[in-house]
Amino acid sequence: MADLIIIGSGPAGLSAGITAAECGLSVLILDEYLKPGGRLLGQLYEEPGGKWWNGIEETRKLEKRAAALDLDIRLGTAVSNIEKEDGLWHVYTDRETFTAPSLLLATGAAESPVAIPGWTLPGVMSVGAAQVMTNVHRVKPGSRGVIIGVSVLSSAIAMELNIAGIDVAAIALPKMNEVNKDGANPAGVMDSLLHVSHMAPSKFVQFGSKLMQNDFMKKLGITFYPKGGVKMWGIPVMLRKAVIEICGTEQVEGVILATVTTNGQVVPGSEQRIDADFVCIAGGLYPLAELIGLTGCPFHHIDELGGYVPLHNEQMETPVDGLYVAGNITGIEGAKVAMSQGVAAALSIARNFGRQGLDDILREAVEYVGETRRKAHIQFHPEVAEGRRKMQQYWEEYEAAQERIAPEEPVVEKEVLQGV
Amino acid sequence: MTERILDHSVLGKLDTSPKVSFLFNGKEYEGIENEPIAAALLANGVRTLRRHEESGSPRGIYCNIGHCFECRVTVDGVQGMRACLTPVKDGMVVTGGGQLDAPVRDWRKNNG
Ligand SMILES: Cc1cc2nc3c(=O)[nH]c(=O)nc-3n(C[C@H](O)[C@H](O)[C@H](O)COP(=O)(O)OP(=O)(O)OC[C@H]3O[C@@H](n4cnc5c(N)ncnc54)[C@H](O)[C@@H]3O)c2cc1C
Ligand code: FES
Repeated sequence: MADLIIIGSGPAGLSAGITAAECGLSVLILDEYLKPGGRLLGQLYEEPGGKWWNGIEETRKLEKRAAALDLDIRLGTAVSNIEKEDGLWHVYTDRETFTAPSLLLATGAAESPVAIPGWTLPGVMSVGAAQVMTNVHRVKPGSRGVIIGVSVLSSAIAMELNIAGIDVAAIALPKMNEVNKDGANPAGVMDSLLHVSHMAPSKFVQFGSKLMQNDFMKKLGITFYPKGGVKMWGIPVMLRKAVIEICGTEQVEGVILATVTTNGQVVPGSEQRIDADFVCIAGGLYPLAELIGLTGCPFHHIDELGGYVPLHNEQMETPVDGLYVAGNITGIEGAKVAMSQGVAAALSIARNFGRQGLDDILREAVEYVGETRRKAHIQFHPEVAEGRRKMQQYWEEYEAAQERIAPEEPVVEKEVLQGV
Repeated sequence: MTERILDHSVLGKLDTSPKVSFLFNGKEYEGIENEPIAAALLANGVRTLRRHEESGSPRGIYCNIGHCFECRVTVDGVQGMRACLTPVKDGMVVTGGGQLDAPVRDWRKNNG
């Protein structure tokens, strides 16, 4: 039996596994994918200073360290259930059931879909799917694509498609419906892009320099709302056009674009068809927390973190004994933050296992998570630090409530017994 | 049509060995060993992995990372395998599900 089971071999899970093994714990990592690395694998962008962040290379570095420590990583192993019995976690997979006293969930994030007429046609995929096809499997998702949804992630992936020699005909908004109001109205999208700034002379310049070092965001700010869009690497970014339908019979053949008013209403008669053989939908990321929902861990909805997030503290502990979290399951951020969280989680686990002398290193590791966040090149939500503060507050409230309940516990028990 | 990205300005050259051959819906295709079935098929220009059980409409990958199950196929007799994360092997037999009978619904159409 391992001391610790980690679900997910993304940057968070791998970093945690390495640190835990370095602390002398025996570790088992489970992942349903066919390679370790999670969503780190597909990442490819230029950092300030011109160095490329190459997810495959970064994964290789982690894999090397894991191999040197003889980490047991089981790929192609999907976890379908978790149960706790007599202080031990039982992790059920499509292969066998594994048991350990400590469990770390590092299942990452998932993409929200956006339903648009025609979206089930072969050739329509999430923007992350196109990223993985292109950068990891090296197969072109098609020869000419349209991206629906304007965000930091969709613009980064448009650029990645572009450098792989794939033609992106346009990036446009989705047609507005009851559920996607924010992502579908130009003002809402601009608002979310604008959110970031407090100090810079131009809000957009700051967006451009802090979130993505690219001309696109800057141009976007300067040229505000031109109907034909602004061009980024030759790709028109259309904040005043929405895709109202994806066309095709057996697979994608094109899309219908229409002009929308600043609050997202389609202007009748403005429809125009453009040809494409693939379409990417960018609906945003949310923490993939279904598995941890099975453990009884409380959740909180925090917009800045991308949705429902399991309650946890800065040491990556949850209120459930022996249960820890790290990476995007705790909120949507870049891979470097996920790695630093993995290290902090592993140090917490080792400390709770009775390993001595870890208090200082753990404190430093927690500080390093904050520092990595502040320096992050890509931020998925401009107010992520505020989201983290909210989570910490929920944690403190939870702890205070536990303390209030604790002294009375025997009394409660007696009452319950009498009731029976 | 789709194709492989053999040379990438940042990621470098693609290693396309070893090659494997596998069957999809009875037809033979070539892939690179251990790439996902969905990637191997897409490299051959095949996007449709199955037909929807009820409507019969064509379906392909959506998320490409195991979350949505839109890519479910039968692999060597095992149903419900995700083509986006199942590594392709030499001699593999893959089939995409087709439209299934919906007798109750058919009955309703004619008698409702
Ligand atoms: C489609 C997509 C694209 C992204 N692109 C970028 C980008 O370009 N730049 C950027 O900075 N960030 C990007 N991100 C954010 C990304 O989530 C983080 O950068 C980072 O990868 C998070 O690390 P993680 O270890 O928390 O999770 P992940 O890297 O997502 O790893 C989680 C792992 O858990 C495994 N897993 C999940 N559920 C199960 C289960 N039930 N059983 C077994 N294994 C399971 C998965 O297979 C996966 O390997 C992207 C996220 C997504 C979803
Ligand atoms: S495409 Fe979503 S699970 Fe395979």
